[in-house]
Amino acid sequence: MQTLQQTPLHDRHVALGARMVPFAGWEMPVQYEGVIPEHKAVRRDCGVFDVSHMGQLEVEGQGAREFLQGLLSNDLARLEAGGAQYTLLTNEDGGIVDDLIAYELGSSRHLLIVNAANTDTDFRRLKDHEVPGAEVTDVSERYALLAVQGPRSIERLGLDEAPAFTIAEGEIDGVACVVARTGYTGELGVELLVDADEAGALWDRVLERGAIPCGLGARDTLRLEVCYPLHGNDIGPDTDAISADLGWVCALDKDFAGVEELRRIKENGPGRKLVAFVLLDRAVPRQGMTILEGGEVTSGSHSPMLERGIGLGYVPSGLADSGTEITIDVRGRPRRAEVVSKPIYRREES
Amino acid sequence: VGADESYPDDLRYHREHDWARIEGDEATLGITWFAQDALGELVHFEPPEAGAKIERDASYGEVESVKAVSDLIAPLSGEVLEVNPKVVDEPETVNEDPYGDGWLVRIRLGEASEADGLLDSSAYQSFLAEQ
Repeated sequence: MQTLQQTPLHDRHVALGARMVPFAGWEMPVQYEGVIPEHKAVRRDCGVFDVSHMGQLEVEGQGAREFLQGLLSNDLARLEAGGAQYTLLTNEDGGIVDDLIAYELGSSRHLLIVNAANTDTDFRRLKDHEVPGAEVTDVSERYALLAVQGPRSIERLGLDEAPAFTIAEGEIDGVACVVARTGYTGELGVELLVDADEAGALWDRVLERGAIPCGLGARDTLRLEVCYPLHGNDIGPDTDAISADLGWVCALDKDFAGVEELRRIKENGPGRKLVAFVLLDRAVPRQGMTILEGGEVTSGSHSPMLERGIGLGYVPSGLADSGTEITIDVRGRPRRAEVVSKPIYRREES
Repeated sequence: VGADESYPDDLRYHREHDWARIEGDEATLGITWFAQDALGELVHFEPPEAGAKIERDASYGEVESVKAVSDLIAPLSGEVLEVNPKVVDEPETVNEDPYGDGWLVRIRLGEASEADGLLDSSAYQSFLAEQ
């Protein structure tokens, strides 16, 4: 049996009474107080997540951008130093090896923050294609990562406002960190990249500033309400970006792995599409449940904000329009749901 | 807000973490503090229909939290007389008051002698301690 890895904040989670679970080879907090209060803290105020399990890959050298342009779906040419971009690492068939955020730290230095379960796969894929002038390093062990999210997050951390999808050096109460204006909750917020040695100090400062500790349970319901796909559930090496409704992060006018296949799917129209749905009946959809009209639930849960079952799933393209009624097989019971436009939950404008 | 841990003396307990309050030839059923704590805040109760026959040790419904679904195991056999509508509408009632407002169903008992196979509070707590 493989031993689970622990983040530098492990003992703090245990001391806070977190329920620890195995996730992608790591022992991670799934909840502290409870998924629902943590979820609502992020929607209404500010929560902090330890996401140190996520991987960090650095690509450095004069050829770094050109190298990444051939492997990532989005157009890095649209980024400037200090910018960030949601993008996909694709395979030759147009499948999604991983989804990630690429940060341009300098014209010859990029940082990729990738899913924990895919760090090794991504690293190997990049290494296999490495060219002179682009050196790939797995720096995951050097860093811890805290996501501080919610409408009051910036104010609570005492940070200046900055545009979303930017990255800059910063500090919180004297603890140096890299502040990325990104997240996985649909709320205002930052992700703080910090030296592993300083992770505990940063976590303590963030809690002192009033952030509520939140686990992976709330992280999942938050991302599902705003329809951010989860790699391994909604997208994967066998699913393509066009069917997954991620065409907007694919620059089909440039060359990257699998682009011909993606152009073909786009031209012919995908046979199935990843849609969001809300249950009309009382029930909680779950990953793997059959959609009786065709297709399958890829993520399902209870929405704390809507107080209904919600989910994502692939349906035949003819059933992908919002307003279409579909039926989910909930352990033998047919339960009605309605396809809705994304996101399922919209932030209340203040 | 969750309830404090307790296992009232007037109830009988099943090892699958269900309780029964037996009154004459009827019984009220629910899940124990331990069960609701393990599941977390409940978000769905899938009840049996009134009139349904339920069988001891078999599933008679489901409860779900955000992360998990759990079968409800009947501690006793009988016929469902009533489903608690408050828990259907507000499943978190079970977390707030698992032995009171958070009851799940009321049944007419089938086999009165079945109650002898259930645990009393102290035996159930010893069972929990061994887990």
